[in-house]
Amino acid sequence: MVDVPAAEIILPRPAQRFGALRRLLRHRLAALGLIVIGLLAIGSAGAPWLAPYQPDDIDIAQRYAPPLSEGHILGSDDLGRDVLTRLLYAGQVSLSVGLAAMLVTVLVGFAVGAFAAYHGGWVDIALMRLTDIMLCFPSVFLLLFVAAFVTPSLASIALMIGLTCWMEIARIVYAQILTLKSADFIAAARMVGAPSWRIIFRQILPNTLAPILVAATLNMANAILLESYISFLGYGIQPPAASWGNMLTNAQSDFQVDPWLAILPGLAITLAVASFNFIGDGLRDALDPRMRERSAGALR
Amino acid sequence: MTEKLIEAIGVTRHYKLAGGRVLRALDGVDLAIGRGATLGLVGESGSGKSTLGRVMVGLQSPTEGEIRFEGLNAAAADPAQSVRLRRQRQIVFQDPSGALNPRMTIGDTIIEHLRVQGWSRVEAREQAARVLDDCGLSASFLSAYPHEISGGQRQRAVIARAISTDPAFIVADEPVSALDVSTRAQIMNLLRDLQRTRGLTMLFISHDLSVVAHMCRDVAVMYLGRIVEIAPRGVLFKSPLHPYTAALISAIPLPDPARERTRRPILLKGEPPDPSATPKGCRFHTRCPRATDLCREVDPETRAFSSAHMAACHHPLTQAPVERTIA
Amino acid sequence: MTALLEVEKLAVSFGTMRAVDAISFTVESGEILGLVGESGCGKTTAALALMRLLRGATCTGAARLADVDLFSLDEPAMRARRGSDLAMIFQDPATALHPTIQVGDQLVETLRTHLNLSARQARSRALDLFRKVGIAAPEARLRAFPHELSGGMCQRVMIAMAIACSPLLLLADEPTTALDVTVQAQILDLLRQVTREAGMSVVLITHDLGVVAGMADRVAVMYAGAIVEMAGTDRLFAAPRHPYTRGLLASIPALDQGWDEPIPTLAGSVQSAFEVPGCRFSPRCPLASEICRSAPSLREVAPGHFVSCWNAA
Repeated sequence: MVDVPAAEIILPRPAQRFGALRRLLRHRLAALGLIVIGLLAIGSAGAPWLAPYQPDDIDIAQRYAPPLSEGHILGSDDLGRDVLTRLLYAGQVSLSVGLAAMLVTVLVGFAVGAFAAYHGGWVDIALMRLTDIMLCFPSVFLLLFVAAFVTPSLASIALMIGLTCWMEIARIVYAQILTLKSADFIAAARMVGAPSWRIIFRQILPNTLAPILVAATLNMANAILLESYISFLGYGIQPPAASWGNMLTNAQSDFQVDPWLAILPGLAITLAVASFNFIGDGLRDALDPRMRERSAGALR
Repeated sequence: MTEKLIEAIGVTRHYKLAGGRVLRALDGVDLAIGRGATLGLVGESGSGKSTLGRVMVGLQSPTEGEIRFEGLNAAAADPAQSVRLRRQRQIVFQDPSGALNPRMTIGDTIIEHLRVQGWSRVEAREQAARVLDDCGLSASFLSAYPHEISGGQRQRAVIARAISTDPAFIVADEPVSALDVSTRAQIMNLLRDLQRTRGLTMLFISHDLSVVAHMCRDVAVMYLGRIVEIAPRGVLFKSPLHPYTAALISAIPLPDPARERTRRPILLKGEPPDPSATPKGCRFHTRCPRATDLCREVDPETRAFSSAHMAACHHPLTQAPVERTIA
Repeated sequence: MTALLEVEKLAVSFGTMRAVDAISFTVESGEILGLVGESGCGKTTAALALMRLLRGATCTGAARLADVDLFSLDEPAMRARRGSDLAMIFQDPATALHPTIQVGDQLVETLRTHLNLSARQARSRALDLFRKVGIAAPEARLRAFPHELSGGMCQRVMIAMAIACSPLLLLADEPTTALDVTVQAQILDLLRQVTREAGMSVVLITHDLGVVAGMADRVAVMYAGAIVEMAGTDRLFAAPRHPYTRGLLASIPALDQGWDEPIPTLAGSVQSAFEVPGCRFSPRCPLASEICRSAPSLREVAPGHFVSCWNAA
């Protein structure tokens, strides 16, 4: 009989390292989302060079210019400020608040979830009950409540949104770590005396990255929406600085006469939020381990 | 026996369950393994064999009793000794998929294992390539992810990680149970070769007597948290003393139709009781064909029937004990 | 005479992957056929295809049970056959039972749908069946939920449900793999007894050659979706002809085998065998030669002994 004591014939399959990215790009809506977000980001970041005016340039002669009029491609508002310019600068505010708030949700969510799950005992109970309680209130209420006491600025708004939206990530991380904690590869690491922080960052974090990434993308959409809400309600970014939300507020009084003043920032919000949601959905599919196996042609 | 490398002395391990019940996974286990020896540990699910393995390598601490490694009580080791103890005792798990981090390459898994022990990155990498080679995997496996390789190759990687710290003692916890028949033999041969060339002391845990018989010189049988019989493998299979051992041996289906026709398995009553409700008296009496009133009342002590054959039974199947020892 | 079950060129594909590759076999009435192979060889898939329980797969070929073509029945007719003419028991009894319905009610439900019994008749029949499969305190156990029963007990319940309507054919997929050794002995004993009493035919699917040796009349060995060897049990174990069967038999550690010799092994693993052109076993085969690039088919090398190998000794 054959006795090849050691080497098995089959070498590892050629790696599909970038399989997830390829799958994401194949997801049509997600790819579209990436393009839209890319354009919005470039437009906002490049606003000082791309925008035809300064955001606060007032031109009383050109108030309420309709879109496509000369000098104002997207028209001008009640003070004759260029709408395109304001949209681009507002994008800076909305996108960076969204990004910063998302980062806060990930940091706080991961810290709470990981600490509760890894530590267990009363820490677990205290932190997860806090999470449950926070989840009982709609974020908007929490946000408006806090906003009443805080002077609005970019940083404080991002922080407020972040601190009211971390619960979902905490729950995801918590559930993931609880399952991973009993895995044998964690036992192997514990056995050689790896300290907890090392186990969390080297062994556990990479395994929770996929669901966190998905949730973070969806949180980003949510954060942009929330920023628009509170700016619209007047608790957010204060005029004359522009954000998509307060541009809407501004357009409110003239909506009957000049609907484009509301439609354009509304469109920007919708595009950004929808794109992040599409990317999130695409990521969820692309990072699903079952998808990976299927594409690797696993048996069984 | 040669010098004892590792000993379990009166080890119990209890888990508190909801409702104040206590699960006695281990209930007074005494065990000693000599340097370079191989001991097989068989038992059914819930017998506590995996718990014993985990306690022996220090993954769990005993509720009572102690584990001694080279005469040193593991619970009383100073930091320097602890580092050495961790290096010296390693474990191979049953399910190679769960034992490897799916997001790490095989190489990184082993390197991380060594880095924690204070190896430099370069040394760790060289050692990783070396132990993979010892386990029959080429250096190209260093950069492979677990899902890219077969189950047998994954188990080889897990074994490579275990021997990477040059341990003296290895617990192999059902290392071939999750594998296919043809792969199983490859892994058993690999473990046996490693055991010999490296002079490893091994505790080989399995529910499959024929696998244990092939890997180990001595075999211990566990039932509900206690070792009920221990003997050299030839002796155990030819003349088992404990009725449970006899039933276990007779229950193995043989890959031989002629002998299968004549095999009459001793069919035990029922199934092992819940380890949170260990029966009073002898823990096997609820299923034992030889049980008497004595067995229902008095828990039998472990007695030596010859120098290397011990059993805990009031009514052993053959021989009378030559001496009474071992509490 | 015609056999109870005739399977002809049964093939199952998932997308482009052929999980089962044109296998043909028969099962006589009252016979136990062992279907042996390693995980991924297609043995379970073949059984599920016979039950028509596969979703998202393309099945071709023919399967006649007592001269009824299973593949041409419409779904309601097939549903009526399942349970009454052919039944299946699974590897993991705990997940095969409905978790939130008392096991007695599940059994009564089966009895009432297939046998048109009144609730009371079905109840008493269920009690008889529980006694028959050796469940102690059957009245109480009828009211138990699956999670309250041990693995062995759940498998007894599964067997009771499978034999409830006295099917002609029982497909038993790894019925004892999840169980402890001493419980496995009990369940095998029970299976042997109930099928013999009822004259039921059985396809026993397992990876354990020991189980097959004690239970089966004939054995079919599967590798990578195809049957590579088929023979009477005694003959297969005494004189295996296919190199895979030989390797498999040799690689089982025996209780009385020397401690010092290594176990003979088959090189490599089954992974990606489905992509091999010609004989799928050839990359691992010690006898492989040029001719193995074309696929061999089953041929009769002795009466009732079929081998699919060009170089079979």
